[in-house]
Amino acid sequence: MIPPRDITLLVNGREYSVQVEPRKTLADTIREDCGLTGTHLGCEHGVCGACTILIDGSPVRSCLLFAVQCQGTAIETVEGLATDGVLHPLQEAFWEHHGLQCGFCTPGFLMLAKGALDEDPSLTRDELREVLSSNLCRCTGYQNILIAVEAAAARMRP
Amino acid sequence: MSYVGQSVRRLEDPPLLTGDAMFVADLAFPDMAAMRVVRSPVPHGRLIGFDTAEAENAPGVIAVLTASDLDLPPIEIRMTKVGGLDPYRQPVLAKDRVRYVGEPVAVVIAEDPYLAEDAAELVWPEIEDLEPQLDPMVPGEFEDGLSSEVALVEKGYGDVDDGLAASPHVLEVELRVGRHTGVPMETRGAIGVWDPVEGVLHMFGAAKVPHYNRFAIATMLGLEQDKVHLFENHVGGGFGVRGELYPEDVLVCASAMRLGRPVRWIEDRREHFIATNHSRDQVHRVKVGFDHTGFIHVVDDEFWQDQGGYVRTHGATVADLTGAMLPGPYLFPAYRSRGHIVLTNKTPAGTYRSPGRYEGSFIRERILDLVAAEMAMDPVETRRINLIPPDNIPFDRQYSALATEVTYDSGDYGRLLDRVVERLGYAELRADLQSRRANGELVGLGVVCFVEKSGLGPFDEVRVEVGGEGSVEVITGAASVGQGVETAIAQICADGIGVDIDSIRVTHGQTDRIDRGMGAFATRVTVMTGSATSIAAAQVREQALQQAASLLEANPADLRIERGRISVEGSPGGPSLTLGEVAAAAAAAGANLTATAEFNTDHMTYPYGVQAAVVEIDPVTGGCRVTEYLVGYDVGRSVNPMLIEGQLVGGVAQGVGGALFEAFRYDESGQPLATSFMDYLVPTASETPQVDVLLSEDFPSPLNPIGVKGAGEGGINAVGAAIAAAVGDALGRQDAITELPITPGSIWAILSG
Ligand code: FES
Ligand code: FES
Repeated sequence: MIPPRDITLLVNGREYSVQVEPRKTLADTIREDCGLTGTHLGCEHGVCGACTILIDGSPVRSCLLFAVQCQGTAIETVEGLATDGVLHPLQEAFWEHHGLQCGFCTPGFLMLAKGALDEDPSLTRDELREVLSSNLCRCTGYQNILIAVEAAAARMRP
Repeated sequence: MSYVGQSVRRLEDPPLLTGDAMFVADLAFPDMAAMRVVRSPVPHGRLIGFDTAEAENAPGVIAVLTASDLDLPPIEIRMTKVGGLDPYRQPVLAKDRVRYVGEPVAVVIAEDPYLAEDAAELVWPEIEDLEPQLDPMVPGEFEDGLSSEVALVEKGYGDVDDGLAASPHVLEVELRVGRHTGVPMETRGAIGVWDPVEGVLHMFGAAKVPHYNRFAIATMLGLEQDKVHLFENHVGGGFGVRGELYPEDVLVCASAMRLGRPVRWIEDRREHFIATNHSRDQVHRVKVGFDHTGFIHVVDDEFWQDQGGYVRTHGATVADLTGAMLPGPYLFPAYRSRGHIVLTNKTPAGTYRSPGRYEGSFIRERILDLVAAEMAMDPVETRRINLIPPDNIPFDRQYSALATEVTYDSGDYGRLLDRVVERLGYAELRADLQSRRANGELVGLGVVCFVEKSGLGPFDEVRVEVGGEGSVEVITGAASVGQGVETAIAQICADGIGVDIDSIRVTHGQTDRIDRGMGAFATRVTVMTGSATSIAAAQVREQALQQAASLLEANPADLRIERGRISVEGSPGGPSLTLGEVAAAAAAAGANLTATAEFNTDHMTYPYGVQAAVVEIDPVTGGCRVTEYLVGYDVGRSVNPMLIEGQLVGGVAQGVGGALFEAFRYDESGQPLATSFMDYLVPTASETPQVDVLLSEDFPSPLNPIGVKGAGEGGINAVGAAIAAAVGDALGRQDAITELPITPGSIWAILSG
């Protein structure tokens, strides 16, 4: 067994000093060592996107990274979306348009959409559909997720 | 204002949106250990022994347990116990034989999941290979002297043999529905926590049927019922597969008791694909007798259902429902169904959303399209002349399903078909597709009819309690798998009492809060729990009015409750009381505002629908794209249209998966070929069509006080049927579409003749 290492992660603007084995995934570290269980694991194979978070603003699969790789990056998870109890426009829109049922996939979709819209708030419906097909949802049939993200995009545009 | 009928946004959403929701994998307990299951690597073999020494000495390992360490009975059958199934039940850990790749043979308990997984790879089960049985149409032996055909489920009415002999036209066809299943995004998981001082066992991660599973676990572990409690946490999708009692649920409990530490098991995705119930997987051989008008006189169906390695909790449910629901909305004056349940060396199969109906609708609607094609008739017209006329409803199918008589309670099937035809612009759409085909495009339309079922009894119980501040709690033994139960029940309760929906809290899935409960399956919650809630709420309202009447010195009949405030009818600005004040006064007088009500029924209610699909086929790749989809569905009365549409649209997406993409295939040695999302293709946003929903409330159910029929399974029910019809239309070869899923390879084979 390779001995654990001391690292510091910057998650949602807060520093977490944790001790992890080098083989520990970022997703497990965020969930267990930082106590942020809003990031979910649906496959651990990099396919479903439930574990999507933002690193330096870009959506990534946190199940495919090791925590030790992520020192010095800015990590954002679903817990950081709402500010002072006020929901982010994406969260509001998912609620308003019934973009979730069981809600297990939701944090991943929210972070995926946030990353995409922060980069280009003018994405068309077809482009959004393309982006959203990187994550899986088994409940909603995606229709309302797409509607919600479009609605949020309209509100997020400057 | 009334809440019922409004698209109220969901009470359950805030914690799910912020990441605060607690799914089972999010829970942790002090001193908790992790369990990893060692699974059979071979499909069929004699289990001779184990080498566990290396695993036991691995870092962090607390225990390695096999069947000989834990003396546990096999897992009981919960539903549809036809005779003779007991010998086929699954042991918690394999004893002397293994019967599918993925069968639990041992568990490793360690300090954390990484170490448990490391050590599990060091456990070597010694297995002598046996020939795998993979074809359900060639039954072998389950064990010495015991056939692998476990049951024959028969249903029918009318004279089938004479009818076939007298039919001017007879067609025979073999049709197949592949092996696929629910695949919720959250895998399964369970945590057992044992309190040795009180002698109480807690299990977290329960779903679907917590009360039944408490009974089952208590019985298996030799504990009193009231010493076992199950807790439902947030649940990431059920679809029929989650919440049944599986070996792992019992193993975390037994391990926790033995080791005196909380034990957590979280399934990984590969395990999910080989360990959680599969479903569908049927071969049908059908004979159909019809006349020159396209009227079908006789359907004679024999089918084989591959139920995998063991008979799990569902017993004969899927075969039972297949036979019962196959005739759907059509008259079929003579009908015979013979379903063979056969075990093979594959993952055990159970129910998946719309069990037996997804399969049966595919078979039935193939028949209708084949008859239409043979008689060169319009496919919608063929359906119309076979539908049960409205005057015959209630319609007694003359047999039972899930031990209740199948009687379609209300509806007008032809009228809904008319409405869908109009919404589609059927004639123009067909003409348009026709001309596109003439230009060489491969495009087609399928329109299919179906009947669903919902509201399985026998009872549901609900307790409604008003607190001193006027907050209302509804406690039910139902469960939630993410379908919006809390919101729908709160809407019904808010209307029933006359309070704001925000003052209502719905508690479900907690066996320590209510003694009895049937859980959430068979699209039963809105019907059964909703009805019980409406009765209990009316009683609470009555109590509140009585209490308020004496406080306000008025006649109860003159009082009204609106938004939690009780006042005298017709005197605005007059004296009034809040529900909280009334509750406090009642409590002071020793009479809490609380009511427990039960709703009982012996009959299911039968919603019905029509689905239409338009598909486009790529002539080069054989790939099929669904470009339009419509669901027309009668729910009797809709509590929350937004939630119903969500259920229907989500169901369609799953149905598209089973129709075009999803399949658990095995190689000839019995090894599973689909063990990750790379091999098992769940539709993404790109493959899922935009779905148009036509929600009909034409026929409220006469069987319950709110008139509702369930909507959970109406989306998925006929998707395989509709897409098959559309592909057949696109290719001009209805006869060639005989199997789901319809893959690019199979279309390519048809195209290249
Ligand atoms: S859990 Fe990371 S992609 Fe599925
Ligand atoms: S809402 Fe359940 S998986 Fe997306």
